[in-house]
Amino acid sequence: MTEYEPVIGLEVHAELLTHSKMFCSCPVVDSTQAEPNTTICPVCTAQPGTLPVINRQAVEYAIKVGLALNCTINEFNVFARKSYFYPDLPKGYQISQYEYPLASDGYLDIEVEGETRRIGITRAHLEEDAGKNTHMGSYSLVDLNRAGVPLLEIVSEPDMQSVEEAEAYSRKLRAILVYLGVNHGDMSKGVLRFEANISVRPVGSDELRTRTEIKNLNSIRAMVRATEYEIARQIEVWESGGEVRQQTMGFNEETGKTYTQRLKEDSDDYRYFPDPDLPPLYIEREWVDEIEASLPELPDAKRERFVTEFKLSSQDATILTTDKAIAEYYEAALDAGGDPQAVANWVTGELFKLMNQDEVAVEDVKITPAALVELIELVDAGTINSTTAKDVFAAMFESGEGAAAIVEDRGLAQISDTGELEALVDRIIAANPDEVERYLGGKEGLMSFFIGQVMRETRGQANAGIVTQLFRDKFDALR
Amino acid sequence: MINLTDLTIKDAQSLLQAGEITSVDLTQAYLDRIAGIDDTLQAFLTVTADQALAQAQQADQRLAKGEHNPLLGVPLAYKDVLCTKGIQTTCGSKILEGYRPPYSARAIENLDAAGAVMLGKTNCDEFAMGSSTENSAYQVTHNPWDIERVPGGSSGGSAAAVAGRLAPGALGTDTGGSIRQPASLCGCVGLKPSYGRVSRYGLVAYASSLDQIGPFARTVEDVALILNVITGYDPQDSTSMNLPVPDYTAALTPDLKGVRVGVPKEYFIEGMQPAVEKIVRAAIDQMVALGAEVKEISLPHTDMALPVYYLIAPAEASANLARFEGQRYGPRISAGSMWDTYKQTRGEGFGPEVKRRIMLGTYALSTGYYDAYYLKAQKVRTLIKQDYDRAFEEVDVIACPVSPTTAFKIGERVDDPLQMYLSDVLSLAVNLAGICGISVPCGFDADDLPVGLQLLGPAFGEETILHTAYAYEQSTDWHTRVPEL
Repeated sequence: MTEYEPVIGLEVHAELLTHSKMFCSCPVVDSTQAEPNTTICPVCTAQPGTLPVINRQAVEYAIKVGLALNCTINEFNVFARKSYFYPDLPKGYQISQYEYPLASDGYLDIEVEGETRRIGITRAHLEEDAGKNTHMGSYSLVDLNRAGVPLLEIVSEPDMQSVEEAEAYSRKLRAILVYLGVNHGDMSKGVLRFEANISVRPVGSDELRTRTEIKNLNSIRAMVRATEYEIARQIEVWESGGEVRQQTMGFNEETGKTYTQRLKEDSDDYRYFPDPDLPPLYIEREWVDEIEASLPELPDAKRERFVTEFKLSSQDATILTTDKAIAEYYEAALDAGGDPQAVANWVTGELFKLMNQDEVAVEDVKITPAALVELIELVDAGTINSTTAKDVFAAMFESGEGAAAIVEDRGLAQISDTGELEALVDRIIAANPDEVERYLGGKEGLMSFFIGQVMRETRGQANAGIVTQLFRDKFDALR
Repeated sequence: MINLTDLTIKDAQSLLQAGEITSVDLTQAYLDRIAGIDDTLQAFLTVTADQALAQAQQADQRLAKGEHNPLLGVPLAYKDVLCTKGIQTTCGSKILEGYRPPYSARAIENLDAAGAVMLGKTNCDEFAMGSSTENSAYQVTHNPWDIERVPGGSSGGSAAAVAGRLAPGALGTDTGGSIRQPASLCGCVGLKPSYGRVSRYGLVAYASSLDQIGPFARTVEDVALILNVITGYDPQDSTSMNLPVPDYTAALTPDLKGVRVGVPKEYFIEGMQPAVEKIVRAAIDQMVALGAEVKEISLPHTDMALPVYYLIAPAEASANLARFEGQRYGPRISAGSMWDTYKQTRGEGFGPEVKRRIMLGTYALSTGYYDAYYLKAQKVRTLIKQDYDRAFEEVDVIACPVSPTTAFKIGERVDDPLQMYLSDVLSLAVNLAGICGISVPCGFDADDLPVGLQLLGPAFGEETILHTAYAYEQSTDWHTRVPEL
């Protein structure tokens, strides 16, 4: 049997977090929350006679993304009309960029299994979102709150050769958009949507076979599932002697299957032409330079810095920089005086564990970065041991109380009083003569047994270092 | 006793300012005349009598406070393709029957603020597509000089209203001659401003790169007064130009010394009525008498204007009119499926000329035809523009006829679209080039039908054409003739 590899290109539609819509002054709101048809006006409902005006902030955001994706920012921009009828498209055409996009010829580096791959970015262009239809059986409802929200369509080259690469590309792109502050990255709000162009070919071949296009993938997870399914489907078609037909497909999230929406020969003719309501937009180089100078640190640069400046492992640095909010949390903890490695350990360990467990976003975590540093200091100072610290951390995560207060309230402070511990150590030696005998006979691994006994008696609060030293001294004396 | 409806805007304004008449008197006089005569002319689709009187009362209060504003208290009529807040705006189409826009066109907002009084909305060819106003889905407007004839179009209602003294001034729109041609056929003054001079916000688009709002009145000076108010940059229209707005009345001086007038040989075409050519040439001689220097010029791509226009305008229209599908406004003809509802609504809502142009435009933009039609047309459009650019290096103004014929009979051309399209053969190129033009009365043919002189100026050269038109007009008495109704 022939072995196949997929060839994948992605189109990502990112809503831009601007104050107002692409061509009118209506506010951009969370369309999953707002009362339907409340952020609409004559322009975005396409009242006769209204005209579009380009949103400067949307252009600025698009330039930011273009620069972050190493694109050329084109001076000459044309907005075109893309004509098709649908109730969520009030004008009967979408204003988009066609022949002259804002950004072109960039790339994005991704890491998959430790290997860096460069994915080409064909172009990124501005357009307006459509409204939302809700089908009610015999009728449909149209909500135009989203109609006219700025969208940036980012089109990759068909450079991805596995689903893992497509996923890594999507996650990296999402991270960059969030870092730039142009998209909040929350897939459940539909602010990031994907279209995948997929074909397969025998491994080693460089031919491009017929591709299919899967539309309306509303999350990275859906994109991954659809892509996996579609690759398998195409391989099966070729293997059974058939031929993949060029077509537009949908993805059913319930069945996990792709399905034909339209064959190429039935595809719409969008009749693109330059929108006569909008003269060509010239983007001045000086403006691009200004924006470039004000770009925030992006994930790759931040990761590099975490490695060089904080001596973190590449793995820790990657984990801490993939999500902008996590990176900010981490850096805030360092600003509060935390040790880079200790904070990294806590964040990637206990914090992630509890966040996953309780499905809490970092923005909603009750432990402030300063409180985490306070906890670490209590451990460093020997006030609590690391086992207790985890319990304290969990309590802090639950209630948002400070570390010291919890330790105080619950009497969790570590027992470092040598006198108190020595009495306990003596008691345990006396109560376990067999184990003492065997320890003295060379079974030094039993030390953990003795320490464990002390911990049990002290509910884990004994200072393990002091206890160990005490046992050593006692056993030495017995020899 | 003065007949209030015979007053020019300028004269009415003097009397209003002097307190000799009130805006309510003036408005009522026009409303009375509309009530008496519009059954014959059919110029208005909607008469807003109550609102007009309320606006007139407000204007009178402002006048009483001593406010000076050239249009304060002056009644005007607006073509029905201009949105008027809360007042039915149909564009002459069934597909917008009952539509009350939630906002007013910027030009009308400006007139409202200046204190002008809206008498009502005037008839037009459906979506401004036509040259006779016969394409209105509602009524046929009659020419005040001969009610068996058309008033021209598409702003025929506005032209007939002004010529028939149902309004002292009006707004129209001009995409390929729709102000100048009816002004010529009705014997009034009509000006198409340069593209970008007047905001298109609230003008229901026919062909966005060609449409422009402009004034009608009985005199050049009155046209200048209206232009002063509607002109200017509008941040809500990205194609409006941010240029200073002069006082257009300041340019109105009576002699033409040193004005270089070009007469394009291509504008005296085969098929032109001999009377039209004779009358226009006589007007040009009159300009010479006033001191103008006249020379023949050439605009070699003139014969390309018609085909270029009928590719670009329908292409833009095909997208502009996509929004009319009965979902948000206008009547919805429900059918089995959503798509059937779209088809039924548009099929019944649009008239034949609109459908013809939508189909033309859809075809011109289709994959495989775009380069050969739309793109090629845009290239030739540039050549047409360059013709004018070169001409205006040599001359200040171009003088020519507006229309090859005087007003034709109602029904005469409705079955022959191409013949109808030829009505605009001398006015289309101006829109393609984005320059400005005016039609000013320059005589009458043997049937007592008016003929207009078209004066063209470069982009944003309104002062030049207003000056030239004014000097010519003031040396003649064509504009003082009144049709018998």
